[in-house]
Amino acid sequence: MLVYTIRRLFQTIPVIIGVTLVVFFMMHLIPGDPAQIIAGERADEAQVEQMRDRLGLNDPYYVQYTRFVTDAAQGDLGNSVRSGRAVSSEIGARFWITVELAFYSTLLSIFIGLIAGIVSATRRNSFLDMFIMIFALFGLSMPNFWLGLMLIQYFALNFDWLPVSGWGSPQQLLLPVITLGTAGAAIIARMTRSSMLEVIHQDYIRTARAKGVKERYVIYKHALRNALIPVVTVVGLQFGVLLGGAVLTETVFAINGLGRFVVEAIRMRDFPIVQGSVLVLAMLFVFVNFLVDISYRVLNKRIELD
Amino acid sequence: MGNPKTIIDVNELQTSFFTSKGEVKAVDGVSFDVPSGKTLGIVGESGSGKSITSLSIMRLLEDPGKIKGGKITFQGEDLLSKSESEMRRIRGNRISMIFQEPMTSLNPVFTIGDQIAESYMIHEGLSKKEALKKSLGMLELVGIPSPKDRLKAYPHELSGGMRQRAMIAIALACNPELLIADEPTTALDVTIQAQILRLINNLQEELGMSMMLITHDLGVVAETCDYVAVMYAGKIVEYADVETLFKSPKHPYTVGLLKSLPRHDIDQDELEVIKGMVPRPDQLPQGCRFAPRCPFARDLCRDHLPALDNIDDKNQVRCWIYSEEWDGPEVNVQDDYGTAQSKQS
Repeated sequence: MLVYTIRRLFQTIPVIIGVTLVVFFMMHLIPGDPAQIIAGERADEAQVEQMRDRLGLNDPYYVQYTRFVTDAAQGDLGNSVRSGRAVSSEIGARFWITVELAFYSTLLSIFIGLIAGIVSATRRNSFLDMFIMIFALFGLSMPNFWLGLMLIQYFALNFDWLPVSGWGSPQQLLLPVITLGTAGAAIIARMTRSSMLEVIHQDYIRTARAKGVKERYVIYKHALRNALIPVVTVVGLQFGVLLGGAVLTETVFAINGLGRFVVEAIRMRDFPIVQGSVLVLAMLFVFVNFLVDISYRVLNKRIELD
Repeated sequence: MGNPKTIIDVNELQTSFFTSKGEVKAVDGVSFDVPSGKTLGIVGESGSGKSITSLSIMRLLEDPGKIKGGKITFQGEDLLSKSESEMRRIRGNRISMIFQEPMTSLNPVFTIGDQIAESYMIHEGLSKKEALKKSLGMLELVGIPSPKDRLKAYPHELSGGMRQRAMIAIALACNPELLIADEPTTALDVTIQAQILRLINNLQEELGMSMMLITHDLGVVAETCDYVAVMYAGKIVEYADVETLFKSPKHPYTVGLLKSLPRHDIDQDELEVIKGMVPRPDQLPQGCRFAPRCPFARDLCRDHLPALDNIDDKNQVRCWIYSEEWDGPEVNVQDDYGTAQSKQS
């Protein structure tokens, strides 16, 4: 297990290098000259050239890249063009809000998705199964900003049960987490259902029944453990979708998270902020998928890394 | 069959699958018993209903399969009237089952030790620690080398033969009175087959269990069984003790099966085969189910289903040839089979 973890950790290195490369070149490929933007529209040619020098934009790409990576490794992601403050401190607090939002939403979608999927699978073709699957279809098809607006309309405005916006108190968490977690819950429910239905007809399930195992344990011990393997993969991938969705959800609920911050930074052409945020979010995604692979191995001992 | 001490008595068992296209009779009025401490072989081609018979005894049929009628008496208790929780206390405890596919019959995410220990924890209420200790003993009993390490191994770390040994350990953990082995060696290499059969035989003697061995392999029957029931298309067509069956088979199907075995004692250019195929259970012929493939079949056979009758002390046969109604020329099935078959086509 330890060997597996270490080897899997090493496998993230090329991914991280790839991420830094993409983020680095993204800055050079998108239209607009960062030096021009930082120096301001009214700056003359000499000033822009001076800025370019200061930013190191005249150095060869590999020098710039190495500098970018070594700085980033030390937590230095440059300074915001607009505020002039360090990108790392600008991102810091907002990043944790987004992580919190994504974390709770993932928990919610796993919790609801698993229960709904298992119930659906064990009562296949029943009324309850149909109800859950139709509900899941809705959950999947609803754009989450719309769901967010509807939740605000009913639960915050009409009934006045929960606050309209903000972040921090448990009441404030509820609506954004539901908004962001619903699609994931729907996907996990459908995945769990089909995975369970497949597992339930395996020979080893019959063996368990032939041993005299109670039906409840047949389902929750013998079947679920196997059925979870593909579901875990979906949870990992879903996390990336969630980070994207966080942008909209944070906007709808006026949450001061990283998602909304990035969107603003893009609009303001605040390149260092965009660069730093994308890097941090990508790293988070890599980390979550690392965790997923580890839990994958815990569930399924057959997995070996080559 | 009338043996004084029988462990299980199956009487007119009927099991059907209720599909959208209608009822499919997989087991249609099957009766047999297993004398205490003996082995009954149930032989038949795939689709003859032999596996469904064993799943019916365990009451482990999956939808849309249902036991429609008949009676299964195990140690004087009526299995078909038991509740699900009563059945659970019997399964894996008093009646155990070994399945055909050792590669897929063990749960891939639990260790071998956990899977054996589960039986002890369910049926004997042992703690995990005690159960694992007894599981170690079982692994030794079924001859798995370095059992201590195997206890912590996962199924994928074992070979097919070792997995089947582990399956046997699970099945025999609680010392069952009856073991149902459904094609236990079919999926294994020939050399391993012999080892596993010998193991099952030895353990049966050692533990004094009764056994039902389901197989399509007459070689396996000859080596292991005391009695044999030959099944064809959901019905038993012949029942005898093993010696009688091999020496003087009576039913044309049994004779055909025996003739299709490869032989060492004579030179054979080609193996004999029974022409045609087992009828699909949803398209059963009206009369004798073997009639379409039988070289002796007459109109009587095609129109009317014969009963399973004692024809002497030893054989029970479901065939018109041995009845008073038989209107054809006198035949000796065993001797005339070859000539009749060559005329058939």
